[in-house]
Amino acid sequence: MATKSGFLKISVAKKVAMALSGFFLMFFLLQHCTINMLSVISPDTFNETSHFMGTNALVQYLLQPVLIFGVVFHLLMGMVLEQKNRSSRTINYAYSKPAASSSWMSRNMIITGIMVMLFLGLHFYDFWLPEVKTKFIDGNMTGMLADGSGFRYYEELTHKFVDPIRVVIYVVAFVFLSLHLMHGFQSSFQSVGIRKNTWTPLIQKLSMIYAVVIPAAFVFIAIYHHLAHH
Amino acid sequence: MNLTLKIWRQKNPSTKGEMKTYPVSDISEDMSFLEMMDVLNEELITKGEEPVAFDHDCREGICGSCSMYINGEPHGPDRGVATCQLHMRKFKDGDTIHIEPWRANAFPVLKDLVVDRSSFDRIIQAGGYVSVNTSGNSQDANSIPIPKENADLAFDAATCIGCGACVAACKNASAMLFVSAKVSQLSLLPQGRVEAKDRVLSMIDQMDDEGFGNCTNTGACAIECPKEISLDNIARMNREFLSASISK
Repeated sequence: MATKSGFLKISVAKKVAMALSGFFLMFFLLQHCTINMLSVISPDTFNETSHFMGTNALVQYLLQPVLIFGVVFHLLMGMVLEQKNRSSRTINYAYSKPAASSSWMSRNMIITGIMVMLFLGLHFYDFWLPEVKTKFIDGNMTGMLADGSGFRYYEELTHKFVDPIRVVIYVVAFVFLSLHLMHGFQSSFQSVGIRKNTWTPLIQKLSMIYAVVIPAAFVFIAIYHHLAHH
Repeated sequence: MNLTLKIWRQKNPSTKGEMKTYPVSDISEDMSFLEMMDVLNEELITKGEEPVAFDHDCREGICGSCSMYINGEPHGPDRGVATCQLHMRKFKDGDTIHIEPWRANAFPVLKDLVVDRSSFDRIIQAGGYVSVNTSGNSQDANSIPIPKENADLAFDAATCIGCGACVAACKNASAMLFVSAKVSQLSLLPQGRVEAKDRVLSMIDQMDDEGFGNCTNTGACAIECPKEISLDNIARMNREFLSASISK
C-alpha cells in the first residue's frame, strides 16, 4: 500500500483545509457581526472597540494577516477544487434532475462564494483601503475625526450607508453569504469527520440559525444606519 | 402503456454517441425496467437493428451491474433500488423516458449504456482487503468479540454493491461514498483495524489517481444509492484519513 507525498495533493486533505479555513472565517464573521452590532447599541462602545481592533499590535500584525491569508486561501482552494470537480465529468448528462437529491446551495457554493468575494472587493475598497491609507500612509493612528471632536469609526460606518445603492449591494451580498453558509457551515463539520446521529441534527439546526441570523444582523445594521442617517 | 424512450447510443469508446428515440408499446406496469429494455431489444433485433447494450446480471439488486441514468437520476425515480428493481408502474402511459450511461471520466463509456467501472476494482485492490492467512489454520471470525453496534455499521457499509450510482449522482463525479463504505466495512471490525491506516491512505490515493472529483457534501450520493449507504461513512473515512495522516 503506497501513498503519495504532499498532504494538500490529496483530495480529502484539500476538503479538510477548506473546512478549517471555513471555520476560521465563520468565527471571524461572528466577531465582526458582534462589533458592528455595537454601532446600533452604543456608538461610543463601537468606537472604542474599533479603535482597539485598529491599533492593537496583535490584531493588526498577527490576526489581520492570518485573516487575509484565510480569505485568499479559501478562495483559491475553492477554485482548485471546482476546477478538479469540473474536469472529473467532461461529458455531461443530456437530461439531469439534480434537485431531486441535493439542495441548490450545496451545488452552487462556487457561485455564492464568488459573489461574496466580489462583495469583499467592494468592502476592502470601502473600509480597508481608507484605513490602511489613514494609518500607514498618512501616519494617523489616533483614530480621531479631522476636527478632533471624537473617534472617526462610527462616522465612517454610518457615512457609507447613506448611499441606497451601497445598501442594496450590501443586502444582495449578504443573501449570497447566507446561501453559502447554509451549506458551508454543516459541510465543514462533515469534511473534518464530525458526524454522529446525536450531533448532526443539532449541527444542521445551528447551521441554519447561523446562516440566517448573522447575515440578517449585517443587513439590519446597514438598513438601520441608512434610515437613521438619511 | 406506450412510452417514448430517448436512449444514449454509442458504438464504441472512440466514437461520438447521441441520444436516439425509440417508441415502445404495450408495456406492462408489472415489468421491471430491464424487462422493458428486453422488449425494446427484441423489437430492434427483429427489425435487424443493433440492440441497446446495457449491463445486467442478477436482476435482484445485489450484483451492482445494472447502471442506467433514468430521467435524470441514477437507477431512476424510485429510492433504495437498483435499475433491475425499478418497475414500470413508476411511469405513466405516454411518458418520455431519458436513459443514459453513468457520466464520469473515471467511468468511460464502452458501448451504449455500458461503462467501464474497473476504476472501482483498482481502488479495492489498493487496500480494500484484510491480509489473512487462509491456509487452513485461520481463526474462526466468530471467536473475536465485536460490539453489536460496530457489527451492524460494518454490515450496513458492506451492503454497498459497487454499482457507481454515487459517482453518477454526484455533481463532481466523486467516489467518496463507495470508497468510504469499503473503508468502513473493514475499519469497524478488529480484523480490519490492523491495516486501517495504510488502507485509508492507499484507497484515497487510488481514488484520486482514477480521476474522481472531490466531495462537496451535497448528499446526492446517499439519496440515490440503491443500498442507502449513509454519509456517516464519508465522515468516518475523513476521520480515519486525518488520524492516519497525523500518525503515519
